Amino acid sequence: MSTTNGQQLSHLRALESEAIHVMREVAAELERPVLLFSGGKDSIVLLRLAEKAFRPAPFPFPLMHVDTGHNFPEVIEFRDRRVAELGERLIVASVQESIDKGRVAEETGPRASRNRLQTVTLLDAIAEHGFDAAFGGARRDEERARAKERVFSFRDDFGQWDPKNQRPELWNLYNGRIKKGENVRVFPLSNWTELDVWEYIDAEQLEVPSIYFAHEREVFARDGMLYAWREGTELIDGEQVFNETVRYRTVGDMSCTGGVRSQAATLAEVVVEIAATRITERGETRADDRVSEAAVEDRKKAGYF
Amino acid sequence: MTLDLLRFTTAGSVDDGKSTLIGRLLYDTKQVFEDQLEHVAQASERRGGEGALDLALLTDGLRAEREQGITIDVAYRYFATPKRRFIIADCPGHQQYTRNMVTGASTADLSVILLDARKGVLEQSKRHAFISALLGIPHVVVAVNKMDLADYSQARFDELALEFAEFAAKLGGGADLTYIPMSALEGDNVVDRSQHMPWYDGLTLLELLEGVEVAYDHPYDTPARFPVQWVIRPATATDYRGYAGQLASGALRKGEEVVVLPSGERTKIKAIDTYDGELDEALAPMSLTLRLEDELDVSRGELICRAMQTPTVSRELEADVCWLHERPLRAGGRYVIKHTSRSASAVVDELRDCVDVHTLERVSAPSELGLNDIGRVRLRTSAPLSFDPYSENRRTGSFILIDEASNETVGAGLVASTETL
Repeated sequence: MSTTNGQQLSHLRALESEAIHVMREVAAELERPVLLFSGGKDSIVLLRLAEKAFRPAPFPFPLMHVDTGHNFPEVIEFRDRRVAELGERLIVASVQESIDKGRVAEETGPRASRNRLQTVTLLDAIAEHGFDAAFGGARRDEERARAKERVFSFRDDFGQWDPKNQRPELWNLYNGRIKKGENVRVFPLSNWTELDVWEYIDAEQLEVPSIYFAHEREVFARDGMLYAWREGTELIDGEQVFNETVRYRTVGDMSCTGGVRSQAATLAEVVVEIAATRITERGETRADDRVSEAAVEDRKKAGYF
Repeated sequence: MTLDLLRFTTAGSVDDGKSTLIGRLLYDTKQVFEDQLEHVAQASERRGGEGALDLALLTDGLRAEREQGITIDVAYRYFATPKRRFIIADCPGHQQYTRNMVTGASTADLSVILLDARKGVLEQSKRHAFISALLGIPHVVVAVNKMDLADYSQARFDELALEFAEFAAKLGGGADLTYIPMSALEGDNVVDRSQHMPWYDGLTLLELLEGVEVAYDHPYDTPARFPVQWVIRPATATDYRGYAGQLASGALRKGEEVVVLPSGERTKIKAIDTYDGELDEALAPMSLTLRLEDELDVSRGELICRAMQTPTVSRELEADVCWLHERPLRAGGRYVIKHTSRSASAVVDELRDCVDVHTLERVSAPSELGLNDIGRVRLRTSAPLSFDPYSENRRTGSFILIDEASNETVGAGLVASTETL
């Protein structure tokens, strides 16, 4: 979208420009940044923004995926293909390895999830590689605790977030100064909404994993959500596996990410659906946020994204 | 034309109904999702709300806030109408009000100041107006709220508007002021026109928000300022050297003569690159990459601008500083200053005055600036900075001060007009 006389930047281009500015500040002020790429829609946008910020040069940081081992196979396939296209370096931090090394213990039972375990794997990987900044795709519109988070979110050497003692963030002047062992989580999409993300993906014609579009799959209903059934899934009494046309609004673990009934099969149809939706993406699809009123806040304090 | 993104800030004293107003804006523009609503309904019930939905609960963020019924920190909220997208910086009114207000106001094009129609123009309302003026917010909306508790009285509204206008006139700043009588609780004049105040024929709050102009609507009226953030030099293409950054203000054209500051070297813009192709012209606030005709060694922190419209380049500056930290600022103090993309050391040579928060008058030669104080200081920096007065350019006229030892952001600075130097 070029500008000519009297033309304005659309809000998407204004958000894009702000995010590019944030990424370049991190590259300039921090020693060892990393970009967290999950294969989800928000991190797909981050990759495009990184291209816009740093091309024709390579990215001044590697990409990293915290792999729970419970990801949708379609997403892993997409992740590897996208990384290869970009010609950038991907580090995979594995929750399975954290389990094997005894750093964390696997949850058991039909509601077992590796979601909480990721935090340890993430913090270990940050320490192992000496990363001092990590880009994440989180947005302030996602959840109540995130509404207060800074673009540059400072973490102490335990990876903790202290919501009551955040650095004031003024104008577009970001304070990236940290001590050894500390790090910043950086959220270039802070001011984007879910709809902005989809409109941007549509405007840029970015490829996303196929699970974001309506498809038929075997599911079972639990807690008002539709979960993907796969070999080995433990069902609770009375739960039935059935076929349904669904799509995913978020990409997380298969074990805790619910699909929504949808017929949206193209980007344009997804944009229309999101514009009309009456339920937040986390409320509709993430079991992990439903544990308590402050579920996200608690996990963030412990070092989660 | 207007930018389809408006950033605004809201401020009010405790119990002015600010959270209710924001809740009302979100609710009446149908931006509240079912699960959020369910959550609010449950919380309203727990607090004995007798079935009425407490819209203020929509804006609660952290557990401590819900427990204590207060707001701790600036929260950012998002909503959209078919005409525009909005970002609200929601600033708490009581704790740390200056720190939070200044933070929220720094990126805002419009400020909504809430008054309680029964209580009138309180000291804190005046402080909010003062900070809005200091931070150069071009539009101020005075929302005279709780009109339902003041019999929807036109006389009362007129009285408060007059009182506020008299005070605002003393502040200067040149913001345009709009007064709207409303009841956030009942929804009068927030999104929907009030049925109770037929005497008011002005805009509702939302109508005003949808139509107001923002600074970037007039890029040709402001000199171009391009702080270099990052130099792009791919190892594979040794002849490519691009200066990446965000155009802070104004417009730049391919081929035009520019000067690099502080070196003063002149050259021409060879190309304006973006990932989506070259441009003939770029407007603020675009992020872009400039290539220059001559092989200059430009680095991060330098500023590219038109040769005929240069900012002040100096190692000394005078500024109003809002102090954000418990450990006070004193003359002789040494900090890291971050201004555009440049960081340097700064020493406080002189502490000239401090604004009395009660009278809003400037008191000369204070011994220190404490948390939430605002005062005029004279700084000396280890490297020359290229700056404009804040009143002329919010991007090149602003800076932050960082504690050298703790790395905390301790001060927010606004460069004073050069005439007063």
